[in-house]
Amino acid sequence: MAATTTGAPALRRKRTRERLRILGFLSPWLIGFSVFFGYPLIATVYFSFLHYNQIERPEFVGLRNWTYVLTQMPLFGPALWNTLWLVVVMVALRVVFGLGIGLLVTRITSGAGFFRTAFYLPYLAPPVAATVAFVFLLNPATGPVNGILGAVGIPAPSWFNDPHWAKPSLVLLSLWGIGDLMVIFMAALLDVPKEQYEAAELDGAGAWGKFRYVTWPSITPIVLFAVVTGVVQTMQYYTQALVAGKLASGVSIGPGTVIQPGYPDHSTLTVPQLVYSLGFQNFNTGAACALSLVLFALAMAVTVLLMRKRAGLLPAED
Amino acid sequence: MTTTTLRTRPGPARALRAAGGPAARARRKRLLHWIAVHAMALAAALFFLLPFVFVFLTAVMSDEQAMSGELWPHTWHWSNYATVFTTPGFLDWWQNSLLYAGLGTLFTVCSAVPVAYALATFRFRGRRVAMILVISTMMLPPQVVVMPMYLVWAQQLHLAGSVWPLVIPMAFGDAYSVFLLRQFMLTIPQEYAESAKVDGCGELRTLLRIIVPMSRPGIAAIALFQFFFCWNDYFGPQIYAAQNPAAWTLSYGLESFKSAHNVNWNLTMAATMLVMAPVIVVFFFAQKAFVEGVTLTGVKG
Repeated sequence: MAATTTGAPALRRKRTRERLRILGFLSPWLIGFSVFFGYPLIATVYFSFLHYNQIERPEFVGLRNWTYVLTQMPLFGPALWNTLWLVVVMVALRVVFGLGIGLLVTRITSGAGFFRTAFYLPYLAPPVAATVAFVFLLNPATGPVNGILGAVGIPAPSWFNDPHWAKPSLVLLSLWGIGDLMVIFMAALLDVPKEQYEAAELDGAGAWGKFRYVTWPSITPIVLFAVVTGVVQTMQYYTQALVAGKLASGVSIGPGTVIQPGYPDHSTLTVPQLVYSLGFQNFNTGAACALSLVLFALAMAVTVLLMRKRAGLLPAED
Repeated sequence: MTTTTLRTRPGPARALRAAGGPAARARRKRLLHWIAVHAMALAAALFFLLPFVFVFLTAVMSDEQAMSGELWPHTWHWSNYATVFTTPGFLDWWQNSLLYAGLGTLFTVCSAVPVAYALATFRFRGRRVAMILVISTMMLPPQVVVMPMYLVWAQQLHLAGSVWPLVIPMAFGDAYSVFLLRQFMLTIPQEYAESAKVDGCGELRTLLRIIVPMSRPGIAAIALFQFFFCWNDYFGPQIYAAQNPAAWTLSYGLESFKSAHNVNWNLTMAATMLVMAPVIVVFFFAQKAFVEGVTLTGVKG
């Protein structure tokens, strides 16, 4: 009896000290999370109900920004379509191509180091630099790619200058930077136990059979991981699309010039670009906030899906 | 490993000569497989490397030739690089990129280490919620929270038009780095920390003396990723530095460089080479840490 009454406060004091210590270690993130995530998220919701152009006094307008963004704004449809198009096509092709390059790399016996570095290098090129390079390479007038295609006699598209080819050109650019997926798939492929291949061979499995029944089952978690992170990244797709559109349009951008985003014909306009354009070119803060919350909802939907599927992000012990 | 397999492999000529018999047929099949794989590898290497080659070659062409669509430079104008360097602003952009990437990386590492340690080792209520919040921040497109943040930096703190709105947030535990480093720290056996504590080390000393040295590969990986992220960042400088050309970074300036030198593809390509170069140099010095980091992101699957 006496032991417990003297023990409890000491235990509580120890507990408090322990809690303070944990808070201390976590404090940089706790501050960062509240200041750079919590506050702006709440403020964005608040701003989405205001008419505000960063100069005049903000004015409460209820749901007007929301109805404008979702039903009246002409560019919302194209931007959403482009983002979803990229999420489906770009992610699918990147995963297939990344897996293909991974499979190829694990089979190379001569000069493996050279090939691996060569395949990986483009991933490192800064996105703006890579985009500038591709706009040059693919430019219809003097670009080397169309020069070569013309010499061989293949009809060359206008790439970034053709509304039908602009998004496929962006996909090509993203396939060039496949290095991240190649490394992940390579590591997964090398982890597949060799004995399983030998066993499958004894059972008479061909190349396809070995892939289908040995390789595929053991790499599906990594494929899922690549798909999910790809979807998340592609929903944020911004820099390459913006830079490619601006450069291909050939319009020089002086200070204060507002150009229509998504050249050619809004074909490269993505939702994040529209947020920027609304907020920083049209100074329509309220509508920009409403649209950014739409983007947030889309991103959260994918994140929730990801948590449920446990695509390798939350370790099992949690 | 590779060299020994190479040596035991039949030379192409010998394999072709021996055409009959099951062993010879197997050898021929292996040779055809070798040829197919390496032909595909060569084709892929062309796809990945030719863009660099064309950019490099165009960068040293004369102004007229760069507009001609020819592939090989008649005369090599290395002075194009000097012209790019002496373009007003270009050196400022370099400095700003180095400042952003250097300080940003330093701040990120210093703040991510204690947070990752706490999330990896301490058991406390809300740990799972904290992890979910970290991952949610990782998933969040930067455009979602940018409007209010911009107004704070521009109207309350008057720091728009500088790199500080980009650098300062890095001192508060970047989510991606915290997540990655935490995953790495989970692989360190708890016994090390426990035995340090038995020897009388406090939490902070245990972290600095035992955990940090053992996490060196993980720390190297997040430092590299963060350096590359800052160097490559376009959206951040576009929001916060755009108003003031003296605060632009290379990634942001490069695009306006193209706009200003609209017809001079050679100068634009030289500038492009100069933006790519540091990242590629850093990669060759830190290749191992980098590849380790990339696998770390996927290895938990």
